[in-house]
Amino acid sequence: MPVQETRLIFKHIDAAGYTNDLDCYLRHGGYEILRKAVQQKPEELCEEVMKSGVRGRGGAGFPCGMKWKFLDRKSGKPIYLICNADESEPGTFKDRQIIHKDPHQLIEGILISCYAIQAKTAFIYIRGEFPEGARILERAIEEARSKNLCGDNILGSGYSVEIFVHRGAGAYICGEETGLIESLEGKRPYPRIKPPFFPAVLGLYQCPTAVNNVETLCHVKHVIDMGGEEYAKIGTPGNSGTRILCVSGHVQKPGYYEFACGDLTLGQLIHDVCGGLRPGRSLKAVIPGGSSAKILRAGERYTGKLKDGSSFDWGLEDIPMDFDSLMAVGSMAGSGGVIVMDDSTDMVEALANINAFYAHESCGQCTPCREGSLWMKKITTRMSHGQARQEDVDLLGNVADQIAGRTICAFGEACSWPTQSFVLKFRDEFLNKARAQAGAASTNGNGAVPLI
Amino acid sequence: MPTLTIDGVAYPAEPQKNLLQVSLSHGLDLPYFCWHPALGSVGACRQCAVRQYRDENDSRGQIVMACMVPATPGTRIAIEDEEARLFRKSVIEWLMTNHPHDCPVCDEGGECHLQDMTVMTGHCTRRHRFPKRTFTNQYLGPFINHEMNRCIQCYRCVRFYRDYAGGRDLDAFASRNHVYFGRSEDGALENEFSGNLIEVCPTGVFTDRTLKNHYTRKWDLQSAPSICPHCSLGCNTLVGARYGGVRRVLNRYHHHINGYFLCDRGRFAYEFANLPIRLRHPVLPRPAAAKDGAGRPPTAAEAIAAIRTRLRRSRGLIGIGSPRASLESNYALRRLVGPDRYFSGLPQGESRLIAVALDILRDSPARSPSLREIAEADAVLVLGEDLTQTAPRMALAVRQSILQAPAARVAALNFPGWMAHAFQNAVQDDRGPLFIASVDATRLDDAATAVLHAPPADLARFGFAVAHAIDPEAPPVPDLDPETADLANRAAEALLAADRPLVLSGTSLHHEALLGAAANCGWALCRRGRPAGLGLVVPEANTFGAGLLGGRPLREAYELVESHQADTAVILENDLYRRSHGTDVDRFFDRLETTIVLDAVQTATTARADILLPAAPASESQGTFISQEGRAQRFFPVLPPTDPVAESWRWLGHLHPDEARALRSQEAMLIAIAAEFPFLAGAREAAPSATFRLNGAAVPRSSRRFSGRTAIHAHLSVHEPKPPEDSEAPLTFSMEGTTTAPPAALVTHYWAPGWNSVQALNKFQDEVGGPNRGGDPGIRLIEPRNVPRAYHNAIPPAFNSREGLCTLVPLHHSFGSEELSRLAPAIAKRTPPAAFSLSPADARERGLGEGDTLSIRIYGRPVRLPVRIHPQLPRGCVGFPAGWPDLAGIHLPTEGHFE
Repeated sequence: MPVQETRLIFKHIDAAGYTNDLDCYLRHGGYEILRKAVQQKPEELCEEVMKSGVRGRGGAGFPCGMKWKFLDRKSGKPIYLICNADESEPGTFKDRQIIHKDPHQLIEGILISCYAIQAKTAFIYIRGEFPEGARILERAIEEARSKNLCGDNILGSGYSVEIFVHRGAGAYICGEETGLIESLEGKRPYPRIKPPFFPAVLGLYQCPTAVNNVETLCHVKHVIDMGGEEYAKIGTPGNSGTRILCVSGHVQKPGYYEFACGDLTLGQLIHDVCGGLRPGRSLKAVIPGGSSAKILRAGERYTGKLKDGSSFDWGLEDIPMDFDSLMAVGSMAGSGGVIVMDDSTDMVEALANINAFYAHESCGQCTPCREGSLWMKKITTRMSHGQARQEDVDLLGNVADQIAGRTICAFGEACSWPTQSFVLKFRDEFLNKARAQAGAASTNGNGAVPLI
Repeated sequence: MPTLTIDGVAYPAEPQKNLLQVSLSHGLDLPYFCWHPALGSVGACRQCAVRQYRDENDSRGQIVMACMVPATPGTRIAIEDEEARLFRKSVIEWLMTNHPHDCPVCDEGGECHLQDMTVMTGHCTRRHRFPKRTFTNQYLGPFINHEMNRCIQCYRCVRFYRDYAGGRDLDAFASRNHVYFGRSEDGALENEFSGNLIEVCPTGVFTDRTLKNHYTRKWDLQSAPSICPHCSLGCNTLVGARYGGVRRVLNRYHHHINGYFLCDRGRFAYEFANLPIRLRHPVLPRPAAAKDGAGRPPTAAEAIAAIRTRLRRSRGLIGIGSPRASLESNYALRRLVGPDRYFSGLPQGESRLIAVALDILRDSPARSPSLREIAEADAVLVLGEDLTQTAPRMALAVRQSILQAPAARVAALNFPGWMAHAFQNAVQDDRGPLFIASVDATRLDDAATAVLHAPPADLARFGFAVAHAIDPEAPPVPDLDPETADLANRAAEALLAADRPLVLSGTSLHHEALLGAAANCGWALCRRGRPAGLGLVVPEANTFGAGLLGGRPLREAYELVESHQADTAVILENDLYRRSHGTDVDRFFDRLETTIVLDAVQTATTARADILLPAAPASESQGTFISQEGRAQRFFPVLPPTDPVAESWRWLGHLHPDEARALRSQEAMLIAIAAEFPFLAGAREAAPSATFRLNGAAVPRSSRRFSGRTAIHAHLSVHEPKPPEDSEAPLTFSMEGTTTAPPAALVTHYWAPGWNSVQALNKFQDEVGGPNRGGDPGIRLIEPRNVPRAYHNAIPPAFNSREGLCTLVPLHHSFGSEELSRLAPAIAKRTPPAAFSLSPADARERGLGEGDTLSIRIYGRPVRLPVRIHPQLPRGCVGFPAGWPDLAGIHLPTEGHFE
């Protein structure tokens, strides 16, 4: 039986006649939830979000309610909300759809969240490559302001809040929350070292700050609409709500789809939702959560125990698409970017592509990532150019192994996990390539590059 | 005692420090790059990785960066952990992927921290078979050479230059593997402390451009501990020499003075000693010289004989001392000519200023602060002094003081201050109180809470007003305008609220009332129970030393000669044309029968000498300076005396007609000084005496790897010469001597096995970043005394500009105002051309624009210079470049007439 999409966030998106202006949003019941929310006590809203169990959709999957709970409310300093719209993980393209097609849903989510955590100022940090998105948001904020949905004393509630759009200058690292904060403060976006500071206590301008993903903030709106407990019934325990999956690669119908978490397996997603692979092709591998997530190889068996104690024994296509299951099989749900590869894929080429991205986007603050990502890129580029050396496969793994977990921010993992998993799971393919090319190199003189 | 465990060994816990600092302090070799004791931790290089365990039962632990983890009780780490060791090796391997393999021809080779750390981690096999990244280098001015390809992106340079020194024109550009450290365009680095990049950079990106002109490896340098002779602060330096010339100057760590950093003037001025204008031989009057063979310069013995003849014939001998000559030399001159005929070498006004400054500091309840104490002050008032230009290293200390008050506030956040990025983030724009009252804008203004730009008299009035606001018993200032009064109240409030308030002033404006005002502020704070510091900047390296010996003002020397009571003058390292008006000096020389001048370089005065004796400059001398702090410090020659060049005190000792009274050694000189001036007795203890030995041996000036001992002299003889003896110092002119680390006053090299770079200093400190092992050198001769002092009450009237007249104010420049440093070619390149500085109002009134020529009549003589418009300069004041020959010898304060 084909699984059905559960569209919460994307309820209206792509519906005929639905436009991104305020009037359309209001016609569809927009800002009613905000109206309802500002009548409630902020703590109650936070409690609902806590009960909902909604987890962050930006990559790490940290429960939103917990994040807000950690906010330092005793300091007396202003609390900031930052909407992280620096969507740059290769394979992920969900936030852009929300911003372009339903910006008011995001604005409403931000306003409700601000009220819940009593933030008076919110920043939308939007990726530099989204100029159109930034314009749309600017306009949407103005529209909201004109209807007293934003600004002073919103909806007569006595609560005031301002939203600012801040455009990044085009760096992946600005999506890392502390890098983002540094950038917002006008500095180079170098991620901060934690400890001592966590944004919830000392974030933007040394004030308590909540940094939430675009999709997460939209979910907050629905949590308040439905009530936390009701919302938690969507999806599986610990993986509540819906999840937007951005499918790209070798499927018939790539695109974005919204499902209740864990409602469908990876196989269902590929075959039932996305129309399967191209004719005559077989599945080779899937990256389930954006390019930094570890790759899963077709034909692998995954066994183990889930958090709730139940044991599992899955093939690749049996994996439920939720946070915990993907973590249990050694990868992650990440930012929801599912990249499907069929048997026509050259894994070395695929890794070379990913490595090129991460080598280019390293911020340059700490050594392992700055130097290691580039070295890995050089090796995979060499391999894809037919100039592999015998030692390349081990060298790749070796370099990657030293990076993960030893950098200032999670970029170290992001840039080394692809290499680690590709080389581990497709070792044969890498080795064959290296052997063949190195053999050729010894006759064409490529092996003579001196070791200087 | 709470302990922590490193590799299974218990050490005392030090929760205020990080594990890297603690490990290094215990002598453990843990490699690092981005951490610096003065700059703190940022965790960027990931080199100091260790394994940390939660407790005894934790066998897995995790890899952490030692520089980011506080050394709290119970911490357990393993440096020797296999995985951590492998990771540290990997970090070097990564850094090496792009680092050029040019060590054998790299300027830094042999004293490169990266080289040392590479060896320490054991990385030796290259696996990165790719072309290396390359950058374009920049021209960064005459001091610093830029070689970006060597960069390992540790960020130390920008952290020092921007965060510590307040520079703006060096930054990190681009990202990923292309992070570039440089300027937005080619050009000289503007900050006055750029030279420290040479020592801050762990490899050869920023190297000494002046050293490049006459390059020598560190191990081939003969080095000696010296004291910078180019301002009054007495920063400790290490002078390196080879082939008979000085090659470079490095910082010599003094915990209480310069710490890790020098100013560019102090670092690059050494070049003057290598110039052709150096005096290398005596010059005798023509008849005496004629007796000599074909052009052979006279020997020392001939010169002494000639002088003795003259002295015997003389109908009156006078001696003119110098604030840039050592205590010993001044004393030797005084002894030669007698106390009544010894002149300080300063004009009346300046003589008086120095006397007043000394009077204020001796028997003062306020303490004359060291630079460290200045950096640790939590509220500072600068009165009249443009510190960056007159005592640069002090300005750097003041710049650190503004972080003291925020640091106290940040302490509440419960994280250690050495977490540099977190600290910066926590502090944001918060700055502690710093009030600057100066004539013109200063390079510290950006750090100030408030600035006052006013004519000298009004600055003094402001200072008196601050004192009165602190203590109502201090004399009030009549007719003070409300704005200044308000600022004075704010400054007084800030100083009173501080735990370690500080008042700094000096003599650079030649305005006595400023000293009185500063003293009043300091004393008022003491009376109100605040432990105040009171620091006074004076012009030259030994101004206080010479001042303490007494000596009459220069004017009286001229009068003595004018009235025929003297016909012979011995002038010690002093260019009188910088002290007095040219016509006065000319007249003085014209009237003298015999002029005997001792100096290291040619000056306008040496040109008037009948007999000229070549004196050794400080870098090649032994002697004692007394700094503005009141600290006596010893310097030692880096090169053996090359006959006939000798220290002035040695020449003067030989000249003494009475053999019995002649003093032949420095030690004898110091003993005599102590006997005559008991308060100078401490000068003898400033450093170990000539007889000092460590394990029976003296301290070698050359490294154990010194090469070319025979080759250097091969053009003279292929036999290795016997090393010259040094009878005055416990140092040898060879590589032979003790292998034990000597006391700090005698340190000639920072080196330890495996540590070839300047970072080897770690091994010479009690704890890394702490005092020198065995104590820091020098003896403070001036200590605060709780004696009641009457307030100064000579409050000047408010400044009133008069039509057609202007008050000439000396504007000092770090590169150009000091006599000897301005001779150095690199410094000269940074010296701006002479100009009159005008306020915009004065320029407008006279229809003058930038670059126009302005003529001002001074003492009836017109001086024509181009105009520079200084927006902050008060109306009625015209700034002139202090120390430039164009306007040398102006007695201040004085007025000029616009023409």
